Amino acid sequence: MKHLLPLVVAVPLLGAALLVAGGRRLPRVVAETVGCAVAAGTAALALLLLANSSPPMVEWVGGWTPENGRSVGIVLVGDGPGLGLAALASLLTVAALAYSWHYFDEPPRRHTGSFPALVLLFQAGMCGFAVAGDLFNAFVFFELMSVVAYALTGHRVEEAKAVQGALTFGVVTSLGAYAMLMGIALLYARTGELAMAHIGRGLDRHGGPDALVLAAFVLVLTGLLVKAAAVPFHFWLPDAHAVAPTPVCMLLSGVMVELGAYGVWRVHDSVFSGPGGVPEADLERVLVVLGSLTAVIGAVMCWYQRHVKRLLAYSTVAHTGLFLVGIGILTPQADDGIALYVLGHAGVKAALFACTGILLDRYGTVDEHALYGRARELRGVAVLFLVGALALGGLPPFGTALGKAVTEEAVGGPLTVLYVAVSAITAGAVLRVAARVFLGLGPQPGETPSPAYETTGAGEEPETRHRLGRVPGTMTAVPALLLAGALAVGVTPGFAAGVSRAVNEAGSGGAVTPAHWTPPGVLLGLVSTALAAGLATLAVTRPALLAEPGWAAPLRRLQSGHIGDYVAWTLLGTVLLGVLALPGVLGA
Amino acid sequence: MSVLPYLVAVWIFLVGAHGLATSRNLIHAVGCLAVCQSGTYVLLLAVGYREGATAPVYADLEPGSRPVVDPVVQALALTDVVVGATVTALLLALVMQIAKRHGTVDPDELSELRG
Repeated sequence: MKHLLPLVVAVPLLGAALLVAGGRRLPRVVAETVGCAVAAGTAALALLLLANSSPPMVEWVGGWTPENGRSVGIVLVGDGPGLGLAALASLLTVAALAYSWHYFDEPPRRHTGSFPALVLLFQAGMCGFAVAGDLFNAFVFFELMSVVAYALTGHRVEEAKAVQGALTFGVVTSLGAYAMLMGIALLYARTGELAMAHIGRGLDRHGGPDALVLAAFVLVLTGLLVKAAAVPFHFWLPDAHAVAPTPVCMLLSGVMVELGAYGVWRVHDSVFSGPGGVPEADLERVLVVLGSLTAVIGAVMCWYQRHVKRLLAYSTVAHTGLFLVGIGILTPQADDGIALYVLGHAGVKAALFACTGILLDRYGTVDEHALYGRARELRGVAVLFLVGALALGGLPPFGTALGKAVTEEAVGGPLTVLYVAVSAITAGAVLRVAARVFLGLGPQPGETPSPAYETTGAGEEPETRHRLGRVPGTMTAVPALLLAGALAVGVTPGFAAGVSRAVNEAGSGGAVTPAHWTPPGVLLGLVSTALAAGLATLAVTRPALLAEPGWAAPLRRLQSGHIGDYVAWTLLGTVLLGVLALPGVLGA
Repeated sequence: MSVLPYLVAVWIFLVGAHGLATSRNLIHAVGCLAVCQSGTYVLLLAVGYREGATAPVYADLEPGSRPVVDPVVQALALTDVVVGATVTALLLALVMQIAKRHGTVDPDELSELRG
């Protein structure tokens, strides 16, 4: 079974190559069918491997097994979290391809295969990163998925905003990736190994952590946190998500950003968790401080957006902050909670983006104020959007609520308040959009002079050939299925327990307490949903009460859209990481 | 073992990042990103260097007769070069498109995405 592991990467790569080679002659419908079939086949393969991932599989590609404990080969690790994320990425890829079925503008003649081919390459990069067992291949797959993501973000090359967002995304993420490669080179210099588990053992043999370990930790984490969009590495994300085509947004927000958080977990768990790595107190300080900051800034910026896609993008920033806090707590229970939260969030966020895409293609705008009351006719989409907003806030029994509840119990204390507040604010912002756009509630937002630093979302080009008259069945079926998936994460009996088992088996072990619903968890979910509804009601009925205060303006100005600023923030973030991680290394 | 190559690698990375942060031209910025990446090449090759060793090519070399430098990092550096070429090509294509759509390649004049 383990010999099938490389196929998770190879199948989509081959599919993409086929589409590029044959795409010139294929009619569009054939190219899109092939794309869907290859993505679905990979998803089935990942699920099959996932079902057999206990005990975790280790595959040395090409039979280059270690000799005398030293390795030079490429190693893939097929455990629960890795294959689970590969399966999630594959399923979302199928959803994105189905959603974009006959959706884009007619592709230029003789290029029918290019969009599905790019999406398959993206899938291969994400799956490869999820199952990579050595750091250098993690870097290569990280770059593969990033490069394809830049191309997909700027796919509509005729659009000024799209190419600008893609370039920002490209420069910042690539800089992070090069920092990560420097860290990997330092680890190789110390241990002579690239496989993560071997590096971990090599560091432990060498004794306590020193400056080199700290530098490597900071550099590797810089790359991963840029991908995970942690503050202050997050600036690229709203710019890229606001301009990417909707099916691409579903993949970026649903799973790619979460892969950065997964990378942090994986690298810490396999490389830095031993006595020669970074002390636990340091990692906890780094992730809890940066995660909380990310969650708060993401939530505040989310609330003050009127560009619906940017609003959803900031909500992804906020939730990634919550994921990082949960990972940083370093308890098996929090890991279980985050795994469930990521699964639920992927379905919900992708569904919300899918609904926003329908608005864009029908009305040619994603500006909350301009759309006021116009989408009353779209009853079905309204229901989906409302359900998605409530699920985002943690309404039981959705998977988001279960994951949030399990994590909240694990973190305890003031961090529980953070979880409730952040999910309430982000869900409240989405509910506010739903109330105004789909129900036309409250007074019509007047044409207030918009602040200089605001992207309104007016004047966006629809992504379809014509403005949609009737919404195609695929475009509503996909979000409905995604929400059903998020619901299934929460209600399927035994699912949560299975996730807990898989995560704990892959992690450092410890007591397995299967994740399950508890009365306080359900209560906290209901509280955050009620708070979200309250905030949305207040914002719609009394807009002046929750208008943007003066202190939010500097926060807005930080998001300047300037590549140089974002690069400076990235360097500053690297220094901040070093400062936060320093005390424990000094004490060791 | 000299520490000089490591300092050079760090300096190249930082000077590239400084160029990126202060760039007034996007083509220059993409070039700076490539400079940052050159820092990783230098670091990788410095890690694999052995005093008095030769190239790890066994065509005209008896295995074990002479020390050779680490071939793994050279493979990594080669892969890195390929990755870098892809990234640079794609980003330059995006800059061209920005020049066409915005009529400028000065990042200070791109102001559509903010807040």
